[in-house]
Parts: sequence; structure tokens; C-alpha cells
Amino acid sequence: MKHPLLLACALFAAGPALAQNAAPPPGDAKHGEMLFMADGCYQCHGTVAQGSRGTGPRLAPNTIPYEAFAAQLRTPRDIMPPYTTVVLTDSQLADVYAYVKSLPGPAKASDVTILH
Amino acid sequence: MSRGKKEPGLSRRGLLRGAGVASASMVAPLAASAQTPGQPDGPPRPVGPVTPAPNPRMESGTPPEMPILQGTASSDYMVDVIESLGITQIAANPGTSFRGLHESMVNYSTLEWHTCTHEEASVAMAHGYAKIEGKPMLVLAHGTVGLQHASMAIYNAWCDRVPVYIMAGNTVDAPKRGSNAVWAHSVQDAAGLVRDFVKWDDAPASLEHFGESAVRAYKIAMTPPMAPTLIILDSELQDQPIASGKAPAIPKLSRLAPVSGDPNGLAEAAKMLVGAQNPVILADRNTRTQAGIDRLVELAETLHAPICDMGSRMNFPTRHKYNMSERARGLIAQADVVLGLELLDFYGATHTFHDNIESWTGSNIKKDAKIVSISSAELFNHANYQDFMRYQPFDLSIPADAEASLPYLTDALRKIIDPATKSKFEARGAKIAEDHAAALAGARADALYGWDASPIATSRLCAEVYEAIRQEDWSLASTTGNFVSAWPQRLWDMSKHYHNTGAAGGSGIGYCAPAAAGAAAANKKHGRITVSINPDGDLMYSPGVLWTAASSRLPILYVMHNNRAYHQEIMGVQRMANRRQRGIDRTHIGIALRDPFIDYATMAKGLGVASFGPITDPKELGPALKKAVEIVKKGEPCLVDVVTQGR
Repeated sequence: MKHPLLLACALFAAGPALAQNAAPPPGDAKHGEMLFMADGCYQCHGTVAQGSRGTGPRLAPNTIPYEAFAAQLRTPRDIMPPYTTVVLTDSQLADVYAYVKSLPGPAKASDVTILH
Repeated sequence: MSRGKKEPGLSRRGLLRGAGVASASMVAPLAASAQTPGQPDGPPRPVGPVTPAPNPRMESGTPPEMPILQGTASSDYMVDVIESLGITQIAANPGTSFRGLHESMVNYSTLEWHTCTHEEASVAMAHGYAKIEGKPMLVLAHGTVGLQHASMAIYNAWCDRVPVYIMAGNTVDAPKRGSNAVWAHSVQDAAGLVRDFVKWDDAPASLEHFGESAVRAYKIAMTPPMAPTLIILDSELQDQPIASGKAPAIPKLSRLAPVSGDPNGLAEAAKMLVGAQNPVILADRNTRTQAGIDRLVELAETLHAPICDMGSRMNFPTRHKYNMSERARGLIAQADVVLGLELLDFYGATHTFHDNIESWTGSNIKKDAKIVSISSAELFNHANYQDFMRYQPFDLSIPADAEASLPYLTDALRKIIDPATKSKFEARGAKIAEDHAAALAGARADALYGWDASPIATSRLCAEVYEAIRQEDWSLASTTGNFVSAWPQRLWDMSKHYHNTGAAGGSGIGYCAPAAAGAAAANKKHGRITVSINPDGDLMYSPGVLWTAASSRLPILYVMHNNRAYHQEIMGVQRMANRRQRGIDRTHIGIALRDPFIDYATMAKGLGVASFGPITDPKELGPALKKAVEIVKKGEPCLVDVVTQGR
């Protein structure tokens, strides 16, 4: 099996090391959810940002800081497509971030017996 | 099964006398109606569903002295040859150019016939069958049109190095072509259409020639590297009686011993592996049989080295402590010796392709890493189609069948592993076992993300399917790679060679559904359930195979991975649109399968297959699958339509 996007995933995951710790701008999570679907984020990362092997890393929970998140969208490393301000404004980016931050964690392992 | 015998006491003259009387009695009223005012000269036009008027001049008079019955059939001999090869099943869509052989097949043979609705499905069925059964099913195709329909599936089988045994009809002699359709379906060099991706072909000119070529084609298809072969059958040769009245002898099929690696080469490979600190073994098309899996386990446990199953076949038990497929890229990056066993894309395994505006490729391996290959692919290639992949330099290349070579490689290792080295290897093995356990735990933890999402996550889809079948004898017979994020390999306990048949080979869409049906045709006699986690776009290439599954009573569970798009492509076009800063709101055009959504459950019902869905609530999935498995256990196909996440 080949996973051409794994490098992109690894770089995305490395984002926190590059990030500042400034507070993220306020965003509208509900609008962000609409943008997450309309702008195709879900195609690679899944509708609840659960990530997918070979297409895009998990984004939530434990979402990387806003600066790293924004940097990856604007000037992505490797093959993630760039989301410039022409196609996603700063305000919209903040909404997307708010949606991703709002997502719950995984199901409890103890509740999912069929995996064991 | 009836066998064709000559019927005595009938003659063409006698038959025609009877026909002439019947014709005369039928002609009278129609002749009268031909005198309708305004249509004095032409024959009456039939109104509604009536039989067209016979032509009296064609049905009376003195016929030429020509035989109308035959006591022998050349195509019966063809059947005898085909059955002598051990072929028991056939997949075909009918065609005039092999009507003679068709008649012999149904009246003179005991072959099980799978009626297909497209030749691409016929060949893909044979492809999936061979991966389970280890030998070919016969495919019949009709002249130019049938072979053109079949061509994509032949290419998949070629790329996958799977033996598919094809015969295609053709009418060579121009005066024997009775209609414009036969002319359009005839060709000078029929095999030329697919010669770039079959291993061998012939167009026999006599029955004796047919016997030799049919046996030769089978032998060549089954000799590693295995691949499709093609025999072109002249329609006249099939249809005619045996000229001498006595069929030629059937040539004996040789027993085959696959070529194993050169002993010196294997000894050198063993030396490199024993001298390595971090060897890694990449197995791709290594395994054809359970013995192949056992041999690879023996090799891994002798060397105490990680095995990465690259997925083209079921190579290594997923729960074996040395299975490290989950971390292949990292292990390749830190390896000092990389051994590839029938590795399809060695360069791709050791490099990463960066699909940017200016694409580039970077190496993943250490500069001084030694690269060793054992592969039968080195023994046979064509030039035109580029399925041989990018050139990978090897430190040692052993052109041989890997499965056959493994016992000799393991013996060579044992000869040079001393007790101290063995102790060191065992310590390495203990660390690998820890990493394997961690990888499995990690996969299970990863599967919990998006567990309750709708559309349904592929992790949950695969976990629920496994829960429904794991107590049965099962066989996963569809592509299981990136389309479902490799969840079956990550979560399922796979240990038998039929537990995973791998992908299409040529990545040609339309393989999964018919290949799984072919696998089911092989699994059926074992009482084994066949499962296809079937991409939606794939099924739409040849949905008629659902009818074939119903008609042939194939016990197969189709679980639709219905992400409602050609998802790979939607990501690609999205990347282009973003590079060009045009937004992605129109990138679904030409890719998404929506407006309207396809209702696969209804489609299946219409083709005679029981079905459930579409299922969007993950809580409904497990109960539906349980009911579906009960249907399949009764020997029938069933489809469960599941609306899923992209990957």
C-alpha cells in the first residue's frame, strides 16, 4: 500500500512546534461547518475531521493552534491544496477553525465492543 | 448432461418436403392480404406481433445437395481439450462467432456456465476466480466486439499477473460471413487488439493445431509470471464436422514446477539479510497458496524481521507478531536491507512522489541501504504499456518465483545463523512484537474517531462487516486498499490465503463487483462466504453482474461503500481548482454521483438480489448486515447499501 499523503499528514501534525500561542480569533462554528462541507475539507479529512489514511490527517480533537492551522491552509506543505484569501477569507477561516475545535472526541472504547 | 449423437434416418430432402407443405398452407391468407389497395407489389407489412411472411421461393423448389446434419462436431473435440485441462467453469456473454463451441459446451460438457451481461464482467469474474482457485476459468468472447468489451479487464489481469484463459470467436473466411454484422465482427488479426497485455495468443487453423495451442496457452498462462492467454477460434473450425471423422489426440498437459531462485543468489541474499541490523521484507504478489503464507511465516520467524504486506495478495497473517504493514514507510526508511518479494512497484515503495505544480520524487531509504528483489516479473515483460513501473536499481535481483524460492532462502539463512546471532535476532523480534501490538492498538483507537458519524465512517463500516462474518468461513474479494483506508487489513484477523484477494492490478475501475462474483464461484463449494466492500463507482461499470450472481446462486455479500462520487478524482480536481484560486464549488461536476442519488438496494432487487438500505444511521448497519449474512448462508447473494464517508 502506498500512502502519498502521509508526508503531508506528518507535516500537518508537526504544526504545533511552529505555532505561536496566541488566542484564535472568534469564529462561528455553525457557519464553519457549512464551509467545511462546501469547501471540500471533508473530502480528505472526513465530515467530523476524523482523518483518513492516505488522504488527510485527523484534525480534531486536539486541534493544532490557530496560527499553525492557518499557515497550513494558506501555504500548505506537500500536496494539500492551498486555500488563499481569494477562496477562503480570514473570517471564514476562523469559522472553519471554530467548527473543528467544537468537534467531540472519539467514541469510548468501552462502548465499542466489536473492536475488541 | 446429454451428449451429442448423430440422429439416423433424417435427410434434408425429407425435411424440406414437410416444410414446403407447411409453407404452402401458411402462404395463402397472407398472399391474399398482399393485394391490399395501394400496396399491389410489395409484401404485406405485419401489423402487431405477427410472424413476417415467408418467402415461398426460398422455401420451395429443389435445394442443392448439401448435408443438413452432422455426425461429429469439431467443437466437441475443443470441449474435450478444455476439460482435459481441469477447467470446470466458464463465464461468457453469448456471441455468434462461438455458437458452435457454445452448443458443445451446453450439450456435450459438464462445465458450469455463468451467464454474463458484459465481457468485461466475464474476464473480471475469471480474474477473481483464479485468485481463489489457483487456476483459470474459461472466458468466451465474441469476435471484435466481445474482445473490445473484455479488453480493460484483460489489462487488469495482465497487470495483476493472474492467469485468465480466453477464447474469442472470429470468422476468418470472407465468403462465410453471412451478414453485415458478421463482417463488422470479423478481423484479420483478432488478438492484435490485446496482444500488448496477454502473454501469448494463437489462431489455430486446424483441430490438431487447436489441441496443441489450447494446451500450450494454458501452460503459458500458469507459468510464473502468470498472465492471460488468448486463443482465437475460427467459427468454421468450430461449426464443421470433424473432416476425418476421428478427433485428434488430446495433447498432455505438463505438470509445472515454478522456477525458484538461483542457489548462489539466494545464499548471497541470505548473507545480506543476516548481516543487516534492520532488515525489512516487503511482500506483494508473493503468495498464491496457503503454503506461501506458511513459508513467509517461516522466513520471518527464522530472521525475526518485520514483514510488510503491500496488499496485492494476502501474504502474511495480519495478527502475526512480525506483521508490521501498518508502519511500512517508517521501516523502509530505517532499513539497511530491503527485500522485495514480487513487489509490484519497488520504486514507489522506496520513494515518495510529490504531486505539486512541479512534481518531484524523493527517496525514502538510506543511501547505503541494500536492495534485493525476488520476482518473476523480471522474467517476462512487454514494452508498450508501462505497468512495469519506474526503474529501481537493485543490489541483487533474483528473477524467480518468490513463493517457490522462499524455502531455499530460509534454508540458506539457517545455515549461517549461529546461536549468538539467533539470540540477537530474537531480541529484535521481541521489539517488533511490541511494535506490532502497539500498531494494532493504535488502529483500534483510530477507528473510534467518527464512529457515530453519518455518512458512516469506513472504520465503522469495516468493523461492522467483520463482526457480521467473523464466525463464518469468509473471503474478502475486492479492493481493500486506500478506498476504505485499509481498515480490513488493520482490524481483521486475516490468516488464510483467501482472506484477501487484493486489488485489480491495473487500477481499472469496474473490477471489484465481477471479480468478487468470480471469487464466490470458487469459494462456493467450500461453503465459504464471499464479501465485497464494493465502491459505488465500481459497481456502475458492470451492474449486470448482480444478475449473474443471482442467476448462478453465488453466496456473496456485497456491501456498498457508497460515497456517492469517484472520490479519488474529486480530490484531484479540487487540488487543481485551489492551485488556480478558483474555489471548489463546481469541482463535483463530472465526478459526484448525485442528483439523483443511486439507489443500489432497489437496483439489486431489480436484478434478482435481496438487499437492504440505503443505510445512513450507523446504528442500523450491524443488524442489516446480520440479516444479509443469513441470506448469503443460504446460498444467495445479498447487497447492503451503506452511505459512507469518502475514505
